[in-house]
Amino acid sequence: MVIDDLTEIADKERAARKRYTIRCCMAAGCMSSNSKGVKEALEDAVNQAGLQQMVEVRGVGCMKLCCQGPLVQIDSATAGATFALESNEVGPLYQKVTPEDANSLVSTLKGGQTPVQRGDPRHPFFSAQLSIVLANSGFIDPERIESYITAEGYQALHDVLRELTPKDLIERIIKSGLRGRGGAGYPTGLKWATVGKAASQQKYVICNADEGDPGAFMDRSVLESDPHSVLEGMAIAAYAVGANQGFIYVRAEYPLAIARLHAAIKQAKKYGLLGSGIFESPFNFNIDLRIGAGAFVCGEETALMASVEGKRGTPRPRPPFPAESGLYNSPTLINNVETFANVAPIVRKGAEWFAGIGTEKSKGTKVFALAGKITNTGLIEVPMGTALRKIVEEMGGGAPDGGKIKAVQTGGPSGGCIPAEELDTPVDYDSLTKLGSIMGSGGMIVMDETTKMVDVARFFMEFCMDESCGKCVPCRAGTAQMHQLLNKILAGNATTRDLQKLEELCYMVKNTSLCGLGQTAPNPVLSTLRFFRKEYTDLLMPDAFGPRPNAVNGTGHAAAGRNLAPTEGVPSSGK
Amino acid sequence: MDRLRVSTVWLGGCAGCHMSFLDLDEVLIELAARIELVYSPLIDVKEYPENVDLCLVEGAVCNEDNLDMIHKIRARTKVLVSFGDCAVTANVPAIRNQLGLKNGESVLQRAYVEGAQAMGGLPQEPGIVPALLDRVMPVHEVVYVDYFVPGCPPPADHIQAVMNQVLSGAEPRLQGAQLKFG
Amino acid sequence: MAAKTLTIDGKQISADECATILEAAADAGITIPTLCHLEGVYDVGACRLCLVEVTGISKLLPACTTKVAEGMEIRTDTERLIRYRRMTLELLLAERNHVCAVCVANGHCELQTLAFNQGVDHVRYEYCFPKWEVDNSHALFGMDHNRCLLCTRCVRVCWHIEGAGTKNVSGRGAKARIISDLNQPWGTSDTCTKCGKCVMACPTGALFYKGSTNSEMERDRDKLEFIVTAREKKQWIA
Repeated sequence: MVIDDLTEIADKERAARKRYTIRCCMAAGCMSSNSKGVKEALEDAVNQAGLQQMVEVRGVGCMKLCCQGPLVQIDSATAGATFALESNEVGPLYQKVTPEDANSLVSTLKGGQTPVQRGDPRHPFFSAQLSIVLANSGFIDPERIESYITAEGYQALHDVLRELTPKDLIERIIKSGLRGRGGAGYPTGLKWATVGKAASQQKYVICNADEGDPGAFMDRSVLESDPHSVLEGMAIAAYAVGANQGFIYVRAEYPLAIARLHAAIKQAKKYGLLGSGIFESPFNFNIDLRIGAGAFVCGEETALMASVEGKRGTPRPRPPFPAESGLYNSPTLINNVETFANVAPIVRKGAEWFAGIGTEKSKGTKVFALAGKITNTGLIEVPMGTALRKIVEEMGGGAPDGGKIKAVQTGGPSGGCIPAEELDTPVDYDSLTKLGSIMGSGGMIVMDETTKMVDVARFFMEFCMDESCGKCVPCRAGTAQMHQLLNKILAGNATTRDLQKLEELCYMVKNTSLCGLGQTAPNPVLSTLRFFRKEYTDLLMPDAFGPRPNAVNGTGHAAAGRNLAPTEGVPSSGK
Repeated sequence: MDRLRVSTVWLGGCAGCHMSFLDLDEVLIELAARIELVYSPLIDVKEYPENVDLCLVEGAVCNEDNLDMIHKIRARTKVLVSFGDCAVTANVPAIRNQLGLKNGESVLQRAYVEGAQAMGGLPQEPGIVPALLDRVMPVHEVVYVDYFVPGCPPPADHIQAVMNQVLSGAEPRLQGAQLKFG
Repeated sequence: MAAKTLTIDGKQISADECATILEAAADAGITIPTLCHLEGVYDVGACRLCLVEVTGISKLLPACTTKVAEGMEIRTDTERLIRYRRMTLELLLAERNHVCAVCVANGHCELQTLAFNQGVDHVRYEYCFPKWEVDNSHALFGMDHNRCLLCTRCVRVCWHIEGAGTKNVSGRGAKARIISDLNQPWGTSDTCTKCGKCVMACPTGALFYKGSTNSEMERDRDKLEFIVTAREKKQWIA
């Protein structure tokens, strides 16, 4: 494979393009509403109408507005379509499409009408998005590498191998300001540099695709919609740090992502874009999949590596950090799916371009999975620094049925609840941390006035309790006790002393747990206590059993009841 | 000379802690000069009196009687001491908690029906035989407890140490191995 | 080997550069409490009792897995550490069914000893009272999960001193438990060599010699040390 081959594939693909493209979402969300049936019906309808030469029905990745799926969009390659184009080549968006709608949809290509509900591609949900990671999502066919190549795929890998030394490449990533998208936000370039500097014959690159936060589906969508962008990012990273073997650790709950990754790796190997002597350079790189067995803690990097090695997935103390001693005791680079998906665009368009997007300390865009009590549920990608209010009110359309938004939860079980008063906060790493939440991997759960915050805290605590690996005491036993205390509060059986106990445990578990799971497990409680303390105290009962004045002999204050030193009313003893 | 008004109570436990108290032997005579035992299984007083300075509670809270009693004690006592492991940890009486909810029923079934040698039947005498609680609890789970004297039973010298601290006006705080459970 | 100079609780000491804080402190006569650490096997940093404060580092560090460094200022006795230690012990005591009064290890138990040394006079958290089985299927030893702390000492000695690999951990969270082979009754294990090292290593009464009654349980911890010294230093000191 040389660059000409790549161009040839893209040219051939473009030449084969038909006048109309009917894009049908084939990501997990729409597939669960039978988009596969829709796609087959559309193909049949095209055949029946005898339009095979004019129309391509293409299965694509996530089209973002998941709540209205299955989604279908019709594009025209030339002007003079039989329907009004929304913008450029992008045609009308159809929502909640059923297989029965196929004939009428195809009929619009011949001037017919369709009763199918139309979406508004100019709605802020779409227009306020800025797509880097999701640029191909919903447009290319994730099951065909040619489709990715046509979208400039693997150009960046070629350019890097031909034109950049690993050192320059790392320099470029550092300059771009890219930070890890898995949650902690560590500067990606610095991580690469550390692994690059490590002296070892054997190094590894791992893609963390063990997306486990409840309500989060960004990484799943990227893997389902554009798997090659992750493979390319990993290959570029491997070249930068000097690794020749990569692993993608993806959870078993994502069968479609796994299937598409399998197919993508196979195709990339076939074209020589993975394997030995990539682009006729001395660079070798292979990627294997490792399937997680459903443990949240395996998203923690040291547990993940143990699991890749075939061991029980439990974290170990750091240092040593993976960059020094990771998988099989070799220096290992671990990045998240979205981080890798950012790499090829940065290489293609330059560090300055990327650094020009976002805020001073948080560059680029971030993908969020909008879920919960919000009108437009789905996937959005916005520049860092976008105000939360813009995301939930303008793009998300606010709470459904005229409800009032009460809080937005970010960062899943490790994050916190941001109250409605703070909605003007820009979404970037530092602002969210200041509010006691975290950016996290990108789950964004909107809550309305009917949501009880103590319930929310208990939900996440239960999650952490169940997902604790059981290795260290504070996380294993502490989450269980915090859960029990939250139950007690919700049952109305708790007193102020129970609330104090809960808070004390929160800080203890946060400060003493071995890994990130335990260290962040108290965050949902702490943040709801910070902004919604009254919801807790309203549930408390009077402390009837507490230290109190002795009602019978009336000696008064609590201290006298606790200390037997001779005081008023207490018989002095033994004098 | 006013003596300290002291009570001892026996909730769900084996009375071993009281036995250990009696193991104070000759110290008991010295104590008698300085404390007045106003309520105890060791003396014949029917009603828990008012205005008690110090109460040593032996045993866990196992049944409704225990529950009423400990509330009454807390209301009428200045300083409450959990005395022995059953009071401090719920100990052996709480082993039935492992059987889950409704364990009271299955425990009685086992003891009075399955294990009966003659005339098996569940004891039912409302007003006389108190109902078992669903969950056996250490005393501090029910009322505020001021001090703790663990041990099964607490050895006599630990009890003596506590009594000396109390009588000298200090806080009864045991330390180190004197705090040993079991 | 180079030496490092550091202070622990204000006391200036020097320690070998590969020593952990725990080892350095022990050499200096400062005891840092721990339950999962065992001489002779690698450390896992699981019990969190040995956490210490190091000046300039915001996180608490486990003394058992943190190496000493030049100029380190370590504190093992701050109010916060003492409070956390006590809480950790209370969490452990509330987690399973630790009934000292009826335990074979009563009086010979590291959890019990640590609890009174750290001033635990009662447990503020509600006892969980989980239902756990006792595995009495082995001819010589028993395993009472009610008393297990999941310190994994038994797993480590089984794999790394005996090399049998019988013991392991299964399940997660509060349901995590020590298993034999493929989660089968210990007595049916093909790999167990009946060496008893797991029993020697256990800090509580979870693993016991059959036939020992309440409070009888003395451990042959010396035997483990003998083997480790013999292996590492080639010295056969009985």
